[in-house]
Amino acid sequence: MVESPKAPFLKGIIDALPLIVGGVPFGIIFGTLSLNAGLDVWQTIGLSSIVFAGSAQFVAVGMLAAGTSLGFIVGATLIVNLRHLIYAASLLPHVKHLPQRWRIPLGFLLIDEVFAATYPRYLNNADCGNNHWHYLGVGVAFYVSWNVATIVGILFGANIEGIADWGLDFAMSATFIGMVMPHLVNKPMVAGVMCSGVLAVLTYSLPHKIGLVISSVAGMSVGYMLEQWLHHKDQS
Amino acid sequence: MSSVSQLNVWLLIGLMALVTFTIRYALYARANSVSLPPKLEQALKYSAPCVLTAIWVPAILFPNGELALHSDNPYLFGGLIAMAIGLWKKNILLTIVTSMVCFFAMKWLVL
Repeated sequence: MVESPKAPFLKGIIDALPLIVGGVPFGIIFGTLSLNAGLDVWQTIGLSSIVFAGSAQFVAVGMLAAGTSLGFIVGATLIVNLRHLIYAASLLPHVKHLPQRWRIPLGFLLIDEVFAATYPRYLNNADCGNNHWHYLGVGVAFYVSWNVATIVGILFGANIEGIADWGLDFAMSATFIGMVMPHLVNKPMVAGVMCSGVLAVLTYSLPHKIGLVISSVAGMSVGYMLEQWLHHKDQS
Repeated sequence: MSSVSQLNVWLLIGLMALVTFTIRYALYARANSVSLPPKLEQALKYSAPCVLTAIWVPAILFPNGELALHSDNPYLFGGLIAMAIGLWKKNILLTIVTSMVCFFAMKWLVL
């Protein structure tokens, strides 16, 4: 018997709360920066509610402010968000039993924080038939908080002098570090993550954030290869 | 925002939404007919930590677009605190709150 959907949905909301603490300051600063870049209130809300892609929103607003042409901004969005394809591939075996009316909203909600919060549950409770309710709970909670934070940024940004210089963007780094550190418990993961971090610094100057994709793929490859190598060494 | 008109901003938002949703949904849409090689599936468990690290490491080392590998960079300071707490306690909320407090303390009180 499958447990009721309410419990995993609420658990998803609870699991999203720490990430929301980090996401809210980032959303506030987005609302502020977007207005400063020349977008109006509805366009700013549109980016957060229709696109729903934190880092791509920042990149787009920055490029708009710099007068970059539309095609390049869409191209940058593609590259910055390409990592979500990796997340979709990871969750693929776990969503294929679901009807499209589930897959569409779950796909729309597939951002870094949502993936990081719900994927461990899929790995640890693979047999639970209601994991998609957990995924939905995390996603809805983060979506609502991101949009509320954007609106707060719009309202406050005009009234608080210099809020863009407060350094609220550190919240994103703090959140991501908090999500990564608990995974560093075995050699392949440590090696992969370190490789990814070092390469991200070395490729930082490459255009359109392409270094993000290179570093991520290289880190994953190193982790996988070391895991295989250690596995074979144990057997021989 | 000289080169992009107000109408084009909405066009841009529409295109960004289309691109973003397509990336996230494309595999889900055909989930029943797509199957990944087992090797790739195994490599994917490294996805989230590697991708996120490729974002946060440059964010704390290049806070203003230039390498700031020195002791008066509050992003680096806060990041090191976050790493220490995260490795030690493995608690996301504690990591976020503590490192943000340290970050703002250094930014406002020390600098």
